[in-house]
Amino acid sequence: MSVKALYPYSAEPKDLQANFNGMQLVYVYWRKHLMFCSPFAFLAAPDMPLGDFFEQVLRPAIAAHPDSAGLDFSRVEWQLDDQPFTPDLAASLKDSGIGHKSMLTLTTPGLDGIGGSAT
Amino acid sequence: MATKNKKLSLKDKYQYLTRDMAWEPSYQKKEDIFPYERFEGIKITDWDKWEDPFRLTMDAYWKYQAEKEKKLYAIFDAFAQNNGHQNISDARYVNALKLFLTGVSPLEYGAFQGYAKVGRHFSGAGARVACQMQSIDELRHVQTQIHAMSHYNKHFNGLHDFAHMHDRVWFLSVPKSFFDDARSAGPFEFLTAISFSFEYVLTNLLFVPFMSGAAYNGDMATVTFGFSAQSDEARHMTLGLEVIKFMLEQHEDNVPIVQRWIDKWFWRGYRLLSLVSMMMDYMLPNKVMSWKDAWEVYYEQNGGALFRDLERYGIRPPKYQDDANKGKHHISHQLWSTFYQYSQATNFHTWIPSEAEMNWLSEQYPDTFDKYYRPRFEHWQKQQEKGERFYNNTLPQLCQVCQVPTLFTEPDDPTQLSHRSLVHDGERYHFCSDGCCDIFKHEPEKYIQAWLPVHQIYQGNCEGADLETVVAKYYHINIGQDNLEYLGSPDHRRWQAIKGNKPLGADDSKDAA
Repeated sequence: MSVKALYPYSAEPKDLQANFNGMQLVYVYWRKHLMFCSPFAFLAAPDMPLGDFFEQVLRPAIAAHPDSAGLDFSRVEWQLDDQPFTPDLAASLKDSGIGHKSMLTLTTPGLDGIGGSAT
Repeated sequence: MATKNKKLSLKDKYQYLTRDMAWEPSYQKKEDIFPYERFEGIKITDWDKWEDPFRLTMDAYWKYQAEKEKKLYAIFDAFAQNNGHQNISDARYVNALKLFLTGVSPLEYGAFQGYAKVGRHFSGAGARVACQMQSIDELRHVQTQIHAMSHYNKHFNGLHDFAHMHDRVWFLSVPKSFFDDARSAGPFEFLTAISFSFEYVLTNLLFVPFMSGAAYNGDMATVTFGFSAQSDEARHMTLGLEVIKFMLEQHEDNVPIVQRWIDKWFWRGYRLLSLVSMMMDYMLPNKVMSWKDAWEVYYEQNGGALFRDLERYGIRPPKYQDDANKGKHHISHQLWSTFYQYSQATNFHTWIPSEAEMNWLSEQYPDTFDKYYRPRFEHWQKQQEKGERFYNNTLPQLCQVCQVPTLFTEPDDPTQLSHRSLVHDGERYHFCSDGCCDIFKHEPEKYIQAWLPVHQIYQGNCEGADLETVVAKYYHINIGQDNLEYLGSPDHRRWQAIKGNKPLGADDSKDAA
């Protein structure tokens, strides 16, 4: 469907990657850790290696959660935009197929939030 | 000219001062004068069928409103002279007013503009006059709300720049974008959105909690405003129902259009009211009723009766009503958790509920609070006691439609977010729910233009690359005064000084004069 209007209606998306000064957005959702109220929104360089993204960007963001100490990124079940995903730590975000506004989802069996409450 | 009956009957007066104010144009085409009346697809065959249940004329309107104003401002004066702010239940209550003044009062102004505009664009005189009066009401409401709360601005932080904040602060884009969405629609959708879905279906969930909350917490200024607005609100609700029935009775082709608008605006309104849910359950020191109970009374019961009444027109209840009904057990807790963790970027304070409050929440929400939310608050409390009060230092993902962080959980699984995503024209978009995702799918060109605060910060459009600069320079939130934890805040210390519990801190100058 499209907008009903008195004239031909068209619009440009406000959040094109070109508007982010060479950077891109990446969202990360850690399932069953809803102490972080929603997925994180990160600004990252598309050529950043995935390993660096995990350790330098994601790790500090989740550090406040008690489960983060026991979190081993190599044992996470990953999804990229709802599809199964196997990270290559040396590859860049871009080469890993992590596009602008993509979302990575972490499932960590055994780590189910504070007291198993999905918090 | 001598006439026997100088005074017109009410009926004649109404006729002369409303319907007879219209005329048939002779040298311009009607479609050119009212260009917005047809493009939405709503078919009006006879504007004279418009019923105005109040039959209020402008002269009577001015007289009533002037009387109400006189009484209202007398009470405001008395409240200020008697330092009424000292008689509220607790200073935490004022945070509800900060949310109201930045989040709701500017919507009254938006409504004033919106009704002025649609009043101009209807060719029916009855509808035009009703919209004109509502427009003036809304302007009066924003003014009286500002005046009611101005006294608090002298004694508490966070109220000083509400209009500026409304246009910029991340969570205020939720109410702002709601109204912008309505005002940028055609006139009939605007009335369905604001007059019907908001004023008629959902308004009791906004005004009753705030006004009863004020009464329960000793805030006479706000209570008095509420009374003064009540008769206006009754008129607005009646207009909401009238406009829906009018559209449905005019042509059967209008039914599916109106139904889609009801689906959309019910969901938009429900998401907006999630802010009220946390206000009721967490921000009022003296609780009125839980959000869950309020939802059951004002939506499930009253709304249920309304939609049974509309069935004869072929209208069914809003599409995502069941999801909203399930959400009543969760949304207040989820919202308060969100504001607790992002309090560094709000103009009001947040806190962990006291033990007594947590027990109240357990009683009100027996199936969900202890299981899903108490562990979260207890963990944060422990952190706070260790001097590690939790703040989330990463910005959240926002819903492309309602602009609330994507924080809501699946209707049937409170351990998983009800996140939705799709690709449109090569761009990926994220949503908090099926309800918002559906709204996007129907008019993607509208929502791809959303001004999402998180993305605007990352694009460098908010005067700084780090959150602290954005909060201070772009939002005009005074760091360490308006934002962060309530315990130990200047508001908290000032309140303790008022109550004689502790001497006023040396850096608290606000009350000194």
